[in-house]
Amino acid sequence: MGQVNFAGIAVDFNEEGYMTDPAQWNEEIARTIASEEGIELTDKHFEVLNYLREKHAAGEQLTIRKVGNSGIVDIKGLYQLFPGGPLKKSSRIAGIPKPASCV
Amino acid sequence: MEEQVLEKPITKKVKEEKPLKKVCIICAKGSIEDVYAALVMTNGAVMEGIEARLFFTFFGLDAITKSQMNKLHTSTVGNPAMRMPGGLPFPSLLGMLPGVEAGVSTMMKKQMEKLDIPPVDEFMDMITAGGGEIYACKLAADMFGLEKEDLSEHVKDIITVGQFYEMCGGEGTQIIFT
Repeated sequence: MGQVNFAGIAVDFNEEGYMTDPAQWNEEIARTIASEEGIELTDKHFEVLNYLREKHAAGEQLTIRKVGNSGIVDIKGLYQLFPGGPLKKSSRIAGIPKPASCV
Repeated sequence: MEEQVLEKPITKKVKEEKPLKKVCIICAKGSIEDVYAALVMTNGAVMEGIEARLFFTFFGLDAITKSQMNKLHTSTVGNPAMRMPGGLPFPSLLGMLPGVEAGVSTMMKKQMEKLDIPPVDEFMDMITAGGGEIYACKLAADMFGLEKEDLSEHVKDIITVGQFYEMCGGEGTQIIFT
């Protein structure tokens, strides 16, 4: 899709609206993407986002179950934080690639 | 010469994909692979924000019967796709030996655990936590002598086929028989 400017920084997105370089991410960008998804980020959201970013950086494949077992939030809570597509939406807001897992 | 008038002007068809809004999935068999196919599809729908209803009937009821749901087996007999570790064909005669089916089933469950695929009851936890609904078929429950209390707490209700179809209404709904 190309680049979008955030306060003078060019951020790269793919055609599905996922950031292509997690290193470009910051909280301001997260808030902007979240508002596009109709979500207002709270501290709990950021805990989940940071967890996802850590696991992604460690090369782990992310699943809803993994997030549910992380101790941050249970699965029901995850659905409430990111309604209508918890793993996809949280990954997008966290600036990591679209999840490639089937569970 | 008469001019031919077309009834309707030829318009360029615009490809318009309507997103799936609801899936109603039916599982009628109780082997590991049949049950998991239904669970993965239902959970996958819930994860995508698609409304999902999962309906168990006949031998599929094992998947929601408290005493059976975490003890599902795969069949080692009459399955031409079954292989030995290493890829050699799995002889049906071997599959008939006592304990072989249980062993193969345990191996399969271990493989799934590695891929972060949960046991049946936990999978249903995930589905219902996301708003998916699980139902049992009344006819089959009557046939097997099962009551609501024999079934997992994830089962919302025992319903008739008519009730099932009632909940399958609406645009963008698909019924999937696994």
